[in-house]
Amino acid sequence: MANFTPVSAAIGGALIGLAATLLMLFNGRVAGISGILATCLNGRGSNIGWNAAFIVGLVLAPLTASLAGFPIAIPQMPDNWALVVAAGVLVGFGSRLGGGCTSGHGVCGMARLSVRSAVATAIFMATAVSVVAMSRHVIGV
Amino acid sequence: MQMFVAVVCGLIFGWGLLISGMLQPTKVIGFLDIFGSWDASLAVVMAAALVVSGVGFWITAARERPILAARSMWPTKRDVDAPLVIGAALFGVGWGLVGLCPGPALENLATLSPRVIAFVVAMAFGMVSHSLWDEIRSGRRRGRAEITVGADG
Repeated sequence: MANFTPVSAAIGGALIGLAATLLMLFNGRVAGISGILATCLNGRGSNIGWNAAFIVGLVLAPLTASLAGFPIAIPQMPDNWALVVAAGVLVGFGSRLGGGCTSGHGVCGMARLSVRSAVATAIFMATAVSVVAMSRHVIGV
Repeated sequence: MQMFVAVVCGLIFGWGLLISGMLQPTKVIGFLDIFGSWDASLAVVMAAALVVSGVGFWITAARERPILAARSMWPTKRDVDAPLVIGAALFGVGWGLVGLCPGPALENLATLSPRVIAFVVAMAFGMVSHSLWDEIRSGRRRGRAEITVGADG
């Protein structure tokens, strides 16, 4: 547990919970990022406006952070482009088929004690842990 | 006004991901790697987010309606069905391969990293593919009851 950072994790998590609360309290909407992006992509309905606005805020966050003096690290990802693309397609298709991702099911759904969301979260955690176990400790990528 | 709230919520959500370290895929993989040198940080992030939003949703649900909207759009699906199980499993495989889920992927676009851009384009392709597939499927079932596309989030 050399890299365990509980304090920043708790502060960051609380902010995520606060954002989800405010979006529900003011706009009556669930802060599920996969649903928000899919609404923008599908290009219909009257909700594209606020969905796009949320994504703008999300992308602006690191920019405001770097202005405030927080260093923003370049994300470290696999060298294999095919792997990156395949993972992206799986995340996109899977999150829509399953009706949500880490934010929609893992935070918002679980917070309102949804059984569907608890099951979805348990399943995506389990498959993700298995994939990492396979790639790191069996195949040894 | 709703647009302004959405931008602010996106900002706060983004700051949360950033401060918690969840923008870095290797940090997420460190959590998923329970057989390696396990980093429990993501569990703390989720726990803190759940406590705050749990209390927040409870307060919100007690109100008659949201402050700026006509009604709250709480998800309505209740049953655990095959799409939920298969979708979550596929999502988990993709998440485990790279360590990015939709929120951090979109937010990391700000770094202009070519791999992040490729991931987001692929993710968008996956989402659009699902919509098209869903339309074809529901088209075949035309005549039956309208299928609700009520997502969970």
